[in-house]
Amino acid sequence: MSTQAIPTAAGARTAVAVAPAKRRDEGRAGWGLAAPFLLFYLLFLIGPTLYGVIMSFFNSSLQHSGLGGFAGANNYSQALTSSDFWSAMWHTVLFTLLTTPPLVVIALVLAIFTDRLARGRWFFRLVFFAPYVVPSAAMALVWTWLYTPQIGLWDKWLSAVGITSPPNWLADPNWAMVSVALATVWWTLGFNFVLYLAGLQEIPRSLYEAASVDGATRWQQMRRITIPLLRRTTGLVLVLQIIASLKIFDQIFLMTSGGPNYSTRPLLEYVYDIGFTDFRTGYAAAASMLYFLVILAVSLVWFFASRSQRKGA
Amino acid sequence: MGTDSHSLSRRNLLRGAGLIGLGGLITGCGSGFVTGLAGVGAPKNTLSYWNLLGGGDGVRMIAMENAYQQAHESVALNAVVLSWGNPYYTKLSLATLGNKPPDVAISHLTRASILARAGLLEPLNPGELAPFGLTGGNFTPRAWDMAHTDGTLYAIPLDTHPLVMYYRTDVAKKAGLLDSSGNLKNLDSPDALTAALTAAKKVTGAYGGVVSINNDSATPWRVFSTLYYQLGGSVLANDGQDIVLDDAKAEKVLTFIQDLIAKRGLLPSSVDYGGATTMFSTGKAGFYFEGDWEITTFETTKSPFSMTAFPNVFGGTYAVQADSHSFVLPRDPARTDARRQEIFRFIRSMLDQSSTWAQGGHIPAWLPFQTSAAYDKLKPASNYKGVANHVRYDDRAWYSGSGSDFENIMGFAIAAVAAGQMSPAAAISDMRSKLALYANTKSPV
Repeated sequence: MSTQAIPTAAGARTAVAVAPAKRRDEGRAGWGLAAPFLLFYLLFLIGPTLYGVIMSFFNSSLQHSGLGGFAGANNYSQALTSSDFWSAMWHTVLFTLLTTPPLVVIALVLAIFTDRLARGRWFFRLVFFAPYVVPSAAMALVWTWLYTPQIGLWDKWLSAVGITSPPNWLADPNWAMVSVALATVWWTLGFNFVLYLAGLQEIPRSLYEAASVDGATRWQQMRRITIPLLRRTTGLVLVLQIIASLKIFDQIFLMTSGGPNYSTRPLLEYVYDIGFTDFRTGYAAAASMLYFLVILAVSLVWFFASRSQRKGA
Repeated sequence: MGTDSHSLSRRNLLRGAGLIGLGGLITGCGSGFVTGLAGVGAPKNTLSYWNLLGGGDGVRMIAMENAYQQAHESVALNAVVLSWGNPYYTKLSLATLGNKPPDVAISHLTRASILARAGLLEPLNPGELAPFGLTGGNFTPRAWDMAHTDGTLYAIPLDTHPLVMYYRTDVAKKAGLLDSSGNLKNLDSPDALTAALTAAKKVTGAYGGVVSINNDSATPWRVFSTLYYQLGGSVLANDGQDIVLDDAKAEKVLTFIQDLIAKRGLLPSSVDYGGATTMFSTGKAGFYFEGDWEITTFETTKSPFSMTAFPNVFGGTYAVQADSHSFVLPRDPARTDARRQEIFRFIRSMLDQSSTWAQGGHIPAWLPFQTSAAYDKLKPASNYKGVANHVRYDDRAWYSGSGSDFENIMGFAIAAVAAGQMSPAAAISDMRSKLALYANTKSPV
């Protein structure tokens, strides 16, 4: 997207005179400029990924160099029949289900609210976005304190409004995931909020003026103008959010270590545990390949959905 | 409009960024960035030393390193501290596999045996150690024994760090738990310990004792395994291929733990590591159960406290869970004999500073200091020195040891029992099914 935008903006004066040869030169310059990045991309992403694919078919160990003995599809069959693998997969999905709807809906509501403000918009933009810039380690530390039984602020606030036996946030297997999800919603809401706010500002004001001249209520304007015109933003927010939620590791690792008794361990922590703690890097590679397929499936669904949407529009 | 000023500021920005980057590269030259890229090792007289010691231990270790450095000016000591657990042991393994190992490194004895099995440590030969005084007779026998894997010595123990019992002297006094000379009464039975915790609870008005449970699998494992070992139990045998958990003994211990915590509320059922130390230092609990290393925390908070050996609750042969820090030589085919001697001199210098090290609560493995009057005077740290030869390390397996998934599996289930979320019987079957996966997996080591 941006590679297209830059030459058209900068070369507006000379656009007519550009010869095919010059265009080729520019193409070469483009590749040249991208080369350092491509090199890193190849070295640190494509290369390791391919190595990971190969490793997943071997009994590779962190304690030995080389790939180790050939394992065929053993690592895959072991992962697919392991109850730990599936419970970790479920925790990842559960976290995604718990965080995605609020992170989309609340972000939209707050964006609409902020967009309507006549003044002081910058303040709310700052307030809602600020938590997003906090590092995960700091966020986890603060929320762990908030959730601390008896002396934590949540328990204080809840007892002030009459709830004297609050849940045992991070230590109760039934509440731990909800508690982490709650903290995550507060933490990452700002990103979706900013995307929605940008989407809202793209909608021409004249549409609303025309609608109100025609006697449409605020609610009708929202349903018939705002939400339909935000469809592409919503699609983007949704897929970015699902992928971000599926990537859950930091907060859970820091706040519960996957506990109590493994009730929150997400797939990435399972991969971390078997790869780094148990040295079984081959098996860990197989588990992460299976997880990669899940993310790939989500991305493909979005890809085809947004393509048909574009065709329809 | 304004494009000039825009492009100018952008250019300035890029220029600034470039300068910063270049600056980083130049300073990087000095710190091994370029030498690393070029594949050239550090200068010959550098002794690289990796450890995982943070907090008070880290401060004391740096003091010991400085003393060594001052006494050995011809050697440039390059100490690297990495955060303990996986981050440390992973890097140690990978650096060794990549033929860029440190000259000497700290390892827990339970982990040293795994590294040794993987062929990542150099065997140590008694003949070359003798000139430095690094002989079996100078070390805690139990630790020296654990430093051997398959009959070969791979590590030089620095200390033993057992689970111990901390108690607040003010609470114990009010609760009538001190004898006429001011020492804690004998608590060597389930009833005596329960009664003491009950009495302490009356004094504090909150809890009798405290132990870390939430988001912590190691501490519950330390407490459980100590009581279980006192009943004579083992968990793994045959290098981890067999699970020999004794259900009756495990159930007895788990029931006792659940009774104290979830049922009687003598200890809080939901508290994390930091919360536990805070409750003890602020006097909301009279007893605290943890490894000996929290001594620094309570000395800093100026809490009126003392420490003693974990009681022999079940009255069998005394046993308590522990691990040890030790020095190991990661495998390096290029290491010369002269280099090895330099390393042994360094290790000896560290051991000679055991008086500094022992302030951190660990029982020094170096007998010349451990048996000295100076150590006796170091209170409360020397109160429990007698346990050094009665400690139990994790049963050997490729998946056991400090920071391992063995401790996680056991600790998580124990914590669930302590918090009243799981019955002892359910926890035991949970442990068995999870451990079976490891026992049946071919060792990756």
